[in-house]
Amino acid sequence: MYQCPKCHGTMRTYDRHGVHIEQCDNCRGVFLDYGELESLTQMEARWSQPVPPPAPMPPAPPAGYGHSTPAWGAPQHGGHHDYGHHGGHHGGHHSFARMLFSS
Amino acid sequence: MLDFSAMDHALRSSSRTAGLLPEAGRALLPAADRGATPVVLADRPDGTVLRLGGSVLKAHAPGTDRRALELRLRAAAGPQPVLLAPHRAEDTGRMLLEVDGMLVTAWPAGEPVDPQAPQRAPWEQAGALAARLHATPALPGLPPMGGPAKVAAALRRLSDLARATGGVPGADRVRVAAATLPPWARGVAPAPERGRGGLVHGDLHLGQLVRLPSAAADDPYAGWRLIDVDDLGVGDPAWDLARPAAWYAAGLLPLEPWQAFLGAYRAAGGRALPQDAGADPWTVLDVPARALVVQLAALGLVRAAREGRPPDEVEQLMVAACARIGGAGQDGR
Repeated sequence: MYQCPKCHGTMRTYDRHGVHIEQCDNCRGVFLDYGELESLTQMEARWSQPVPPPAPMPPAPPAGYGHSTPAWGAPQHGGHHDYGHHGGHHGGHHSFARMLFSS
Repeated sequence: MLDFSAMDHALRSSSRTAGLLPEAGRALLPAADRGATPVVLADRPDGTVLRLGGSVLKAHAPGTDRRALELRLRAAAGPQPVLLAPHRAEDTGRMLLEVDGMLVTAWPAGEPVDPQAPQRAPWEQAGALAARLHATPALPGLPPMGGPAKVAAALRRLSDLARATGGVPGADRVRVAAATLPPWARGVAPAPERGRGGLVHGDLHLGQLVRLPSAAADDPYAGWRLIDVDDLGVGDPAWDLARPAAWYAAGLLPLEPWQAFLGAYRAAGGRALPQDAGADPWTVLDVPARALVVQLAALGLVRAAREGRPPDEVEQLMVAACARIGGAGQDGR
């Protein structure tokens, strides 16, 4: 693992849409290899092209904002859209509510 | 006149703290609520809350730092439209009483989010309130927000349980995920200065929102306010987005409410997120969301063990997320 040149924190590798990025866990500084900034810039240009908004949402955020997930995100994302998923059976609703409502 | 028989009935199954609280907090209550029959809303080692008429009384957890709580109350009473302001004693103007070592505060009662209907939770308002909170300057001397300390406490409870019982299935996965966190996010080192400047709630979840019946028709947050200042402080504002982020990433929360929350936060100028709308919010959310997954998984395993049952579906989701955290990002290049 790399050490952050600025604060000597530990740097973790992330995969951002195919571009490897080292980010410091401590100061969140980012290290890019040769050519990676260009790749990100190209991607940014593609992202900022107009895309139809996904759903009516009060204070319209940028299109698709919040769609991404971290590398450790649950694999089943993208399909289901209901809360009943973990709530309907075997007393699961109680546990679901507790997870959302308590410290 | 207090209705002692009703009060006795309401409090019979409760702790000594709950029994003492109505009298201990009396001076903080508006006169109209002093005679109301207490109803126990919460009675746990980390705090006891009673409702009396239009008010609630809270006994803060034993061991709460009085000076820190005073500063946090002052922040809640300050000029901002986000945090519920505490009641003040009519005669002395005090916001905090100490009775037999118990720290007591009083608050206007609000309507909580219905736990049976999280799809109707005010996700947009929660995002907008968090953004406004983060833009509210912190008074000098305000302590660090309490989020990382809660992660540390949850891990401590899990290892105490594992030691006492000779092992807890799943605990290793939580520990491995915890080891990926920087020390500050595990509460074992001071947080970096980055991102400081505004208030951070420190323990934001759906139980921390109430709607005031007295709010004006044009209230910018539809009457919703944030409650519970016990972890309020300075620190990384991304921590307040981390719990919904953790729920979403663990597969517990659908995309829509997560987007509604995050989009409203961003639209309200929330300073935790990168200014560039095309930037990935997970660059700032990843560490605190991993920390919250660890915290929630640890507490879920402790709760399941205490209740003498295997972890349920929701608790298992959090442990599974820990397993992925432990396995991700370790490969280097």
